[in-house]
Amino acid sequence: MSGAVMGENDKIELDGVKLTEAQQKRRRQRNVAIAAVLVSLVVIFYVVTILKMGPGILARPL
Amino acid sequence: MTDWSSTSQEAPGFAPVAIASISMAGPHDYFELMKPRVMSLVVFTALVGMVLAPGGLHPVLAAISLLCIAVGAGASGALNMWYDADIDRLMSRTRGRPVPSGRVTAEEALAFGATMSVFSVLVLAVTANFLAAGLLAFTILFYVVVYTMWLKRSTPQNIVIGGAAGAFPPMVGWAAMTGSISIESIVLFLIIFMWTPPHFWALALLKSNDYATAGVPMLPVVAGETATRHQILIYAVLMALVGVAPAVLGFGGLAYALVSSASGLVFVWLAARVWRIREGAPARKAAGRLFAFSILYLFLLYAVLLVERIAGAIIG
Repeated sequence: MSGAVMGENDKIELDGVKLTEAQQKRRRQRNVAIAAVLVSLVVIFYVVTILKMGPGILARPL
Repeated sequence: MTDWSSTSQEAPGFAPVAIASISMAGPHDYFELMKPRVMSLVVFTALVGMVLAPGGLHPVLAAISLLCIAVGAGASGALNMWYDADIDRLMSRTRGRPVPSGRVTAEEALAFGATMSVFSVLVLAVTANFLAAGLLAFTILFYVVVYTMWLKRSTPQNIVIGGAAGAFPPMVGWAAMTGSISIESIVLFLIIFMWTPPHFWALALLKSNDYATAGVPMLPVVAGETATRHQILIYAVLMALVGVAPAVLGFGGLAYALVSSASGLVFVWLAARVWRIREGAPARKAAGRLFAFSILYLFLLYAVLLVERIAGAIIG
């Protein structure tokens, strides 16, 4: 970024990119979807662990 | 405060940002990348493979395995859309897809497809077994590399060989339950493998201009419509014969024998009509009917196998 632009920045509030409402809405939807996938993965790994190893999971030799 | 909602390009104190490049893709666009209609067929055929298999996988683990197969199929669809965006843009049937329409970038589709591929294979390996995971990985690789990147643009036999990718799901389902491959799962594979050419060539007869515009060497474009009609009829006969194999081998019952024989005969009859009626609107109508019936045919065969097995389990 050029020095000239940085100079102008002194006068302009550093508020970054302001997304439109539609862009914010889509970003929120994507975030919720990613969160849902991550939570699903946690549940899947938990369930698979319990079903594969059963109660003996804590009694395994190290 | 500066409004960057229009088409501004440089935010103060930050690197230049093209607002137009900020993604407007929603979750439904990513879901569309996974080719949900193809995925539903994959889920259904894999489910039948799992139900027919004699394995003893816990029902919850089986459900997670089925989810992995569905996600793996969807991931390969996303990777296909990433690679084929240039030709999808040229065809009326595909130009509304997320990448050519600009809702998702090609890079996003690639990242999404690759991530889902890896996760689906790894989770299937943990949930079911390494054979099923290996088969799923091979299916994804076959569809993306062998079919999409290599065969699709280079030979009119593209969908004959590439059809194997769509035929693997019941075999993956069977392997997930049993940890093995058997004659039954090979027959389930062969039914879809032999079904694919007449199914797609009937569509290609209707959309040959699209494929020609995009430079995809589908059989009607390269060898002509007459040669395509011959091939459709030959494959329809072979497919109808393979279709009754489960009854002959004993894992399809009487209902399956009746349904597969009758629907196989209808399939061959419709293929014969496509072969016989070659000009104008009636020819297009005949191809359209064969295409529509081909979907019903595959559904019927697998549905009857499923119902017979469930009914057998209930009755004892």
